[in-house]
Amino acid sequence: MATNDTRRPVDAETGLESPAWVPPSGLAIEAAGLVKHFGETVAVDGLDLRVPSGMVYGVLGPNGAGKTTAIRMLATLLRPTEGSARVFGHDIVDEADAVRSRVSMTGQFASVDEDLTGFENLVLLCRLWGHPRRAAKKRASELLEAFGLADAGARQVKTYSGGMRRRLDIAASIVVTPELIFLDEPTTGLDPRSRNQVWEIVRALVAAGTTVLLTTQYLDEADQLADRIAVIDRGRVIAEGTSTQLKASVGSGALHVRLLDPDQRPEAEGLLTRALDVAVRAEADPVALSARTSDPERVAQALTELARAGVGVASFALGQPSLDEVFLALTGRPAEPANPELEGETSRGPTIEEAST
Amino acid sequence: MSISTPEEVAQEAVRSVLSSTARPPRPDALVTSLTFWWRAMLKIKHVPEQLFDVTAFPVMFLLMFTYLFGGALAGSTGAYLQEVLPGILAMTVAMITMYTGLTLNRDIQKGVHDRFRSLPIWRPSTLVGPLLADGVRYTLAAAVILVLGLILGFRPGAGPMGVVASVGLLLVFAFALSWVWTMLGIVMRSENALMGLSMMILFPLTFISNVFVPPETLPRWLEAFVDVNPITHLVTAMRGLVHGHSVTGEIGIVLVVSAGLVAVFGPLTMYVYRKKA
Repeated sequence: MATNDTRRPVDAETGLESPAWVPPSGLAIEAAGLVKHFGETVAVDGLDLRVPSGMVYGVLGPNGAGKTTAIRMLATLLRPTEGSARVFGHDIVDEADAVRSRVSMTGQFASVDEDLTGFENLVLLCRLWGHPRRAAKKRASELLEAFGLADAGARQVKTYSGGMRRRLDIAASIVVTPELIFLDEPTTGLDPRSRNQVWEIVRALVAAGTTVLLTTQYLDEADQLADRIAVIDRGRVIAEGTSTQLKASVGSGALHVRLLDPDQRPEAEGLLTRALDVAVRAEADPVALSARTSDPERVAQALTELARAGVGVASFALGQPSLDEVFLALTGRPAEPANPELEGETSRGPTIEEAST
Repeated sequence: MSISTPEEVAQEAVRSVLSSTARPPRPDALVTSLTFWWRAMLKIKHVPEQLFDVTAFPVMFLLMFTYLFGGALAGSTGAYLQEVLPGILAMTVAMITMYTGLTLNRDIQKGVHDRFRSLPIWRPSTLVGPLLADGVRYTLAAAVILVLGLILGFRPGAGPMGVVASVGLLLVFAFALSWVWTMLGIVMRSENALMGLSMMILFPLTFISNVFVPPETLPRWLEAFVDVNPITHLVTAMRGLVHGHSVTGEIGIVLVVSAGLVAVFGPLTMYVYRKKA
């Protein structure tokens, strides 16, 4: 399923593949048909990506979807087997140095030296970015301070917790303010508090004008942070858009109503069915009803009718489908038993891009 | 965030470090190479155990071979020491050149190299820096051997200058040889495989030479190998320099071989480094 995606989000007018191509202003990354083979394995299989600058762009996918390989190609660490990509208009192969001076990469596995102290790690990178010795030390201290690592600066990194290591890693990536920063699964394996800290850092980065491309397996992370999301599976983009667009394209949301009195449930069910014009389901909870709808106006009317009929409502919630549902619907490999209603929506995956542009 | 702890990352603070410093000019090749040299030095400072191979190893070698073979081969350990010490110096340093590759291999596996490779710097500096640091290790190993040798009765006929010249020549050769391991360190997938391969090359290279025995005592086919072995030429040149014999020709051979190694393995290393992954 969802593999009938032959659409190429290559704008015919811009002529992406021509060497004389000039990026429309505001695109941090423009990748077309990126392919990477490792021997027989196809890690990335025709990846197209357009990342507008100044936002958090989330690349969401399961393990082995090709996220890391894609990010490593864009950060000039890997040469694509086929296809091309430009970062701020610079080709990732022919102008790798120009790309490198604008981007920063924080790998999935801490790319700091465990034997060195946090301070030494940062001084090292400051020197490599061209800070003179004294300025390097000053900058390193500033960064440690800002990332809440001042007290740990003199300790070897191997003694750091996962969260501290991550923060040091990100600090090392902004020694010189990058225009674009790649964060490869920045919160994988972190406790909730460290995760929140990383999120705060990501928000601060974007607020300061840096474009962030982050990969994640966590749907709530993409939902929380990313302005746009590309869902990738088996090395290709299978859906792209804002979180809201993704959810909307997969299916409607759901209204959950809890009544005060279980005896009124049949009456409420009838009223809601008429008002919403969809099937209303009686939940296992004797006071709960749910209906698949995402039309807030109708919901408001329906609730008014309940009140008019004297049906007491304890609580109600109108929710969008979770990104979880979206993801499962798109990849067609649900971790949970497939939802038959969503199954039918899967083929709409490819239209998300059209809806969004 | 309700509770603020000292560890709490303040958004404001992060934002301020993002805009606080202007972008410095791009550093040159020398600065970045020296920075990687400094990194290697820091690693020695934090993990001094890694110096075991350049301290204990040479001591063991010198004692073992001097007393094991000295009597049989040269009549006395004292006489043997004069000839075998430059040889052991060459052999030990040649052996420890392989750690260059091992360290690099480990670095690449760990992912630290990803960050270095994504920097806009002169790319070979990530390799040249550690090679320079290895120079320090080689010098240390040489110093350990020489000091122990002097205690045991080694008397360099050409005085301190001869010793310095011979160690200098050895360092040139070791630096050139290191490129071989650097290349293999990038190509090989595991540290163990790399170790095995290095040993397979280094053992015959160092033992089938004139380090321990005069080549004339060997069967002809073996002697032929010994005669073309660069280690033989290195050791002959070092002995000459230490004891004040004329060895201009041998020095020339060593320098040519060294230049050849760098000329072949330098670009080859950079090629596989760029190609890697």
